[in-house]
Amino acid sequence: MHIPTNFVPLTPSRRSFMKLMAASTGVLAIGSLAHIARADGEAAATAAFVTDPMAFVRITPDNKVTVVIKHLDMGQGIATGLATIAAEELDADWNQIHIEFAPAQVPLYANHAFGMQGTGGSSSVNNSWDELRYSGAAARAMLVAAAAAEWQVPASDISVAGGVVIAHKAKRRASFGDLAAKAAQQPVPDSVHLKDPKHFTLIGTSRARRVDSLGKTTGQAKFGLDIRRPNMVRAVIARSPRFGGVVKSFDATAALAVAGVVEVVQVPTGIAVLARDSWSANQGRLQLKILWDDAHAEQRSSQDILADYKSLAAGPGTSAKVKGDSAAALAGAAKIIEADYVFPYLAHAPMEPLNAVIEMTDGGAQIWAGSQFQTVDQAVAAAVLGLKPEQVKINTQWAGGSFGRRATPTSDYIAEAASVLKATGGRYPVQLLWTREDDITGGRYRPMYYHKMRAGLDAQGRVVAWQHRIVGQSIMAGTAFESFAVKGGIDGTSVEGAADQPYDIANVTVDLHSTKSALPVLWWRSVGHSHTAYAVETFIDGLAQAAGQDPLVYRLALLQGEPRLAAVLRLAAERAGWDRKPAAGRARGIAVAASFGSFVAQVVEVSKGKDGKIKLDRVVCAVDCGIAVNPDQVVAQMEGGIGFALGAVLRDQITLTDGHVDQANFDSYLPLRISDMPKVEVHIVPSSAHPSGVGEPGVPPLGPALANAVFALTGQRVTQLPMSTANLI
Amino acid sequence: MIELTVNGQAHSVDAVPAMPLLWALRDYLDLTGTKFGCGIGACGACTVHIDGTPTRSCQITLGDAAGRQIVTIEGVSGKVAAAVQSAWKKLDVVQCGYCQSGQVMSAIALLTGQPKPSDADIDGAMDGNVCRCATYQRIRAAIHTAAANLRS
Repeated sequence: MHIPTNFVPLTPSRRSFMKLMAASTGVLAIGSLAHIARADGEAAATAAFVTDPMAFVRITPDNKVTVVIKHLDMGQGIATGLATIAAEELDADWNQIHIEFAPAQVPLYANHAFGMQGTGGSSSVNNSWDELRYSGAAARAMLVAAAAAEWQVPASDISVAGGVVIAHKAKRRASFGDLAAKAAQQPVPDSVHLKDPKHFTLIGTSRARRVDSLGKTTGQAKFGLDIRRPNMVRAVIARSPRFGGVVKSFDATAALAVAGVVEVVQVPTGIAVLARDSWSANQGRLQLKILWDDAHAEQRSSQDILADYKSLAAGPGTSAKVKGDSAAALAGAAKIIEADYVFPYLAHAPMEPLNAVIEMTDGGAQIWAGSQFQTVDQAVAAAVLGLKPEQVKINTQWAGGSFGRRATPTSDYIAEAASVLKATGGRYPVQLLWTREDDITGGRYRPMYYHKMRAGLDAQGRVVAWQHRIVGQSIMAGTAFESFAVKGGIDGTSVEGAADQPYDIANVTVDLHSTKSALPVLWWRSVGHSHTAYAVETFIDGLAQAAGQDPLVYRLALLQGEPRLAAVLRLAAERAGWDRKPAAGRARGIAVAASFGSFVAQVVEVSKGKDGKIKLDRVVCAVDCGIAVNPDQVVAQMEGGIGFALGAVLRDQITLTDGHVDQANFDSYLPLRISDMPKVEVHIVPSSAHPSGVGEPGVPPLGPALANAVFALTGQRVTQLPMSTANLI
Repeated sequence: MIELTVNGQAHSVDAVPAMPLLWALRDYLDLTGTKFGCGIGACGACTVHIDGTPTRSCQITLGDAAGRQIVTIEGVSGKVAAAVQSAWKKLDVVQCGYCQSGQVMSAIALLTGQPKPSDADIDGAMDGNVCRCATYQRIRAAIHTAAANLRS
């Protein structure tokens, strides 16, 4: 997910909050960062040596370096990535690095792209890069200053490497732990020298291994659902089977008779059953008798919704982009190409179902959850409980996947947990669980979209006109983010990747119909790009075919002003052997997309299996994400993004019948399995550009690259997802 | 009261016999390494070993699990378990990690019965373990690595 509608890497003006100024000499003037950072009293009070006022790096006499992680690690490896940045400038030994998750607090732990604490838009490394380099470098300088004072040698005679501070001439050495207490007495430097990237020893290597591998392979890592509190009860909530329905009346008699059930309460989203364990709570829920008022509920079937979208698409929507005169250019075109696309609702289905633990404390409340928007959660829970935000402590946990689902503008499941706590008078800690059925049927889906595209080619096959119409629900409308995310009636998340499609075309029109429904929608890994890249990249492939040209050559000719896109296309093509004919019975497709500041191209190779179904043999991926902090984790995110996209493209969809969701669990919403996973090769473009994200950008090109390969093999253009509906896969 | 033997230790659980083992492990014994993912035996996150066989703990009741040898991720030991966990760490297989207890349990069972599995063997044995982060390529590689280490 992301908040800014068109995410761009941080620039000095966008970083003005930190008043950081990077001079070409590599010196950072820290300005008001120190002032801001001094606000973190808590970290200062709990550590022997805190490089506070920075609050991101802490060194203790036991020789541990703790990097405070302000972002949620939902699998993308950000705890490792952020720790790598600080460890690099600190010249620490990777084995002495530990991490802890930051408390909810702004501005100290705000995402500088959002202005609130939050993780999304693949922005974590990008927005943390400067502050963590500074923090590591400042801590290093303070260690050096402490050693210089202790040993009576000039600081310039001291070097630091692998967690050891050394004065070669004076033949003195000390560990960080040895110097921690004295370093804490040193003033925070006004300016620090950052490393020349050519001297990096961790960044750009794969020496910094994941900090969570051990805990997650031994069952020791704690997720939100693993939190246990004294006297805790478990809750599940019966919610309306139709989106927008509300409780008319209910009878809990039978539910209360179920063994283990302790209480039944009404909350704004439905009826909560509390029990000694989650299974008994669910058994109790099955016995609830509830009458629902569906007066304002979504009662259409998905086919009805699609029909409504198609009627809307017959007329122009709100303009998202106009360049030249596409209508006139179409009228004069030698050839017109058209295509319509249907993209279904999609569930995120993270492996760890949604959950939260909440309890009252002497001064307020505290929450344990793996959630992407900590300070929104804090404010929402405070509002429910009649507290001030600072009275709600958020204990961020490892999150078992998210893909955007743990970031909602309303903090939906956190608000529910707080509502249950309130309704039960705060008598016991409460753990709210969404079962898998709650997750699949509970909404906040990637919206369903309908796209209508039309292009005109001249006699030489060059594209002279491009029209792209999109119909679907706005993610941002009606939320607290609407005021800055919806401009001129355009929700940027509905048209990103389409309104800014990269091909050099003289006449372009992009317009949007934003529809309304009681069905709640949400960003889903890669947000708008999850559908726009499919439409743009299969359509441009069709234009290349109509022009009788190679799809790679055709794209490159239109990308002369986009060197980074062109470079990933060339790299992926080269590594896939694009210039050689595929083996007999095989075919390839290619696609490229820029998203979240990064550039990714993929080549998919397919063949027909013995059962007549199409089989993916290989995916070759090229990525340019600026400086690759942890190359092996960049590779992991591309592998994961490809797999996540593939599952959806092959067979995932949420459909409605009379407003009821047709899918419920992993037997009907079918996740990608190991036997579906093709061989994936990832190649990283060497770069010295400011690092951009990798959590989402691996997703968009996979669908269109696969579809283009399917076309190359079969001559069939798949324009409705999932592909299983076309019986090809 | 139901008597369970988990990781070699005897436990009494005050719950109804119809309750799936998963919930006794997680909510009564606080063995939270075994994960809830779907509750219908479709994702493998709750995989434990019962009398040595990989079993979805959401699909066996306390009544049926009583008196049998139950081993969870917290209790695995031996050469194969060490080789699997070491390979997982070496290749940084995990992403969110929520499914990985179950993946590790299934991989240990696979390598215990089949020391040199092919990719097809791996896909066959591991297909019931869903990973939404799609770490599948590294799971395959880590199983091969563990198998090679066990042979040498």
